[in-house]
Amino acid sequence: MTGRPDFRVEIYQNEYLSSGARQVNAILTVTAEGPGPAQPEAAQAAAVVLIVDCSTSMNYPREKIRAAIQATSVAIDTLRDGTEFAVIAGTNQVRLAFPTDGTMAIADAAGRAAAKRAVFNLDADGGTAIGSWLLAANRLLVTRTGIRHAILLTDGRNQHEEPAALASAVAACQGRFVCDCRGVGTDWNVDELRGIASALLGSVDIVADPIGLEADFRAMTAAAMGKSVADVALRLWTPQGATVRFVKQVAPTVVDLTDRRIATGPQNSDYPTGSWGAESRDYHVCVEVNPGQTGDVMLAARASLVFSDADGQPEVLAQGLVKAVWTDDEALSTRISAEVAHYTGQAELAQVIQEGMAARRDGDLDRATSRLGRALALARQTGNTETEGLLAKVVEIDDPMTGTVRLKSKVSTADAMTLDTRSTKTSRVRKG
Amino acid sequence: MTQATCRSCGAEIGPTDRFCEVCGLRQPTEDDRTERDLGPAAAGVTDRGKRHPRNEDAFALRIVDGRAVVAVVCDGVSTSDRPDQAARLACAAALDTLVEALGADTDPGTATGTAIGAASKAVIALADPAVVVERAPACTYVSAVATEDTVVVGWLGDSRAAWLAADATSSSAWLTTDDSWALEMVTSGQLGYAEAEADPRAHALTGWLGADAGEQESTARLVTVRPTGPGVLLLCSDGLWNYRSGPDELAGMIMPDAPQDPLLAAKTLVQFALDSGGQDNITAAVIPFPPLLSLVRKETS
Repeated sequence: MTGRPDFRVEIYQNEYLSSGARQVNAILTVTAEGPGPAQPEAAQAAAVVLIVDCSTSMNYPREKIRAAIQATSVAIDTLRDGTEFAVIAGTNQVRLAFPTDGTMAIADAAGRAAAKRAVFNLDADGGTAIGSWLLAANRLLVTRTGIRHAILLTDGRNQHEEPAALASAVAACQGRFVCDCRGVGTDWNVDELRGIASALLGSVDIVADPIGLEADFRAMTAAAMGKSVADVALRLWTPQGATVRFVKQVAPTVVDLTDRRIATGPQNSDYPTGSWGAESRDYHVCVEVNPGQTGDVMLAARASLVFSDADGQPEVLAQGLVKAVWTDDEALSTRISAEVAHYTGQAELAQVIQEGMAARRDGDLDRATSRLGRALALARQTGNTETEGLLAKVVEIDDPMTGTVRLKSKVSTADAMTLDTRSTKTSRVRKG
Repeated sequence: MTQATCRSCGAEIGPTDRFCEVCGLRQPTEDDRTERDLGPAAAGVTDRGKRHPRNEDAFALRIVDGRAVVAVVCDGVSTSDRPDQAARLACAAALDTLVEALGADTDPGTATGTAIGAASKAVIALADPAVVVERAPACTYVSAVATEDTVVVGWLGDSRAAWLAADATSSSAWLTTDDSWALEMVTSGQLGYAEAEADPRAHALTGWLGADAGEQESTARLVTVRPTGPGVLLLCSDGLWNYRSGPDELAGMIMPDAPQDPLLAAKTLVQFALDSGGQDNITAAVIPFPPLLSLVRKETS
């Protein structure tokens, strides 16, 4: 296949450790370049399932179901010619809205027209059982190779299904396809959608006003069409006796991949990263090694991006070396890696926002104030102006440097949910 | 291809990687130790030592046929970026400049000044403008030009030159004074020697080559000596002199054979530093005096 992007890995770390130290931190910047949208024929085949919530609440107000129909139509128009696609209408039951026979259609003039007719007739009538929707998408995508993508729209909580059913459905879909999740309105559960998106390596966002759905679906579908290689994993080789403390994607959003580890050899683990277009992501890797002697240089991790075909041998796309060097020179071992420090701050920022908003919902106002205050200070220090702007809608700022804040008494639900949903969005470190 | 085994865990090392595939430790490379032998004209040894992960010292030797024997030693500043490259580039630039200038009948003092300027430019050019200037690649410098009757030494930083007399009754001496915090305190009368040496800042450099020092040609320090008897000229990095500050003691380790066998002398001095702990990279370059001004072909018939 010639259309795969060129991958490159850059490592940012302070490799110097003081005597006896064992923890090695590094930021991996993975960049994929080309093929651009100019040569879509070079990309892997793509299959997309659009999942539209058709529960009764989508009728209240009516604008919601109308906007969902319009946005889904726009998504269908945005599909690249030749893409396989299907539309699922989600209630407490699953309805295959298009095609209705359990196959997938091809995006061409006739296919798009037929699909849009079917979508136009969608009714909102029933409950919400997201796990069953995901399993239906998986049944459609399971035989497909290449880019496998779902877009999930919901307006409510997963009321008509046990949490365990959703969890097991998500687990069954993990690694099978990527799923972007959107919550419309303010009656859905942020943790629920974030959990699905994070497990299925997709994005999550709020569309508080149904008016915004169309533009959002167009952008989301275009981004999915920009992917040109699926099933890429971050492979870490580590020395015997070493432990991977954590692996996190830290840009553009924070996603903890530590528990997604798949052992692929005695000293090799793979962490799935989903599908890639022309883009760049940062990862924070923390490895604990057996300390060496002063003067020793150790390979703490060999980080590779590997592509695995359905049945082929895994292929290494790019590689970087994470090192540990033990020294007596404190000027070296006490150096702070700007990149590691930045993303440590960004990961903490996401965490304290989520903790603060949870405390706020639970009525623990002291804890909410201290967590959100810490969040504000971190956002300011690390230059994450977008998140700082969202925080400012929830707290009154007395001193941004120390994080002295008061909870606002009147906060719209949409603003609170937006802050929570976008808490994992990070600012990129300024390098060099 | 033969497979080596790891010096630490004994596992087999793949032929393509410098790291052990089991324990991850980097294996020794040829850069860890370099020996150069110009027969009885000059010799030098540089060694990584025992405690530093790589060798950031560099040295160069050359006979300028019929005119002089030259040597250059540079020690990369370990807290700067790419100090090993800085030292190697500075040595190469200085050697080329010295050989060219001396070949064109430039006097050794002027040639040394020009060489320091060239070394300085080479290290400055290595600096990445995107990185903070305090971390710009940097190294020390010491060179010697030995002609029929004089020796010209130029330096910046704390790499040193010494005259080591062959005859135990003649005295040996350092020819350089360090550009270091301690020495500045002592020479300016602010602190006594013991007091200054005990300060944590004692060995902080006050002179070096690098973008954060500016071009150094004008401030280069030079000394010219005319030895009255036989001996050797020693150029060394602080990895050696840190273990023994007295030139007489260094001479005691390598005399009386050093003028005939400079390679053995350099090896002996480096081994002494390794045996003393090898805390830093170690370099010793030895030029017998009076110098042998023509290349002796050792291995060819």
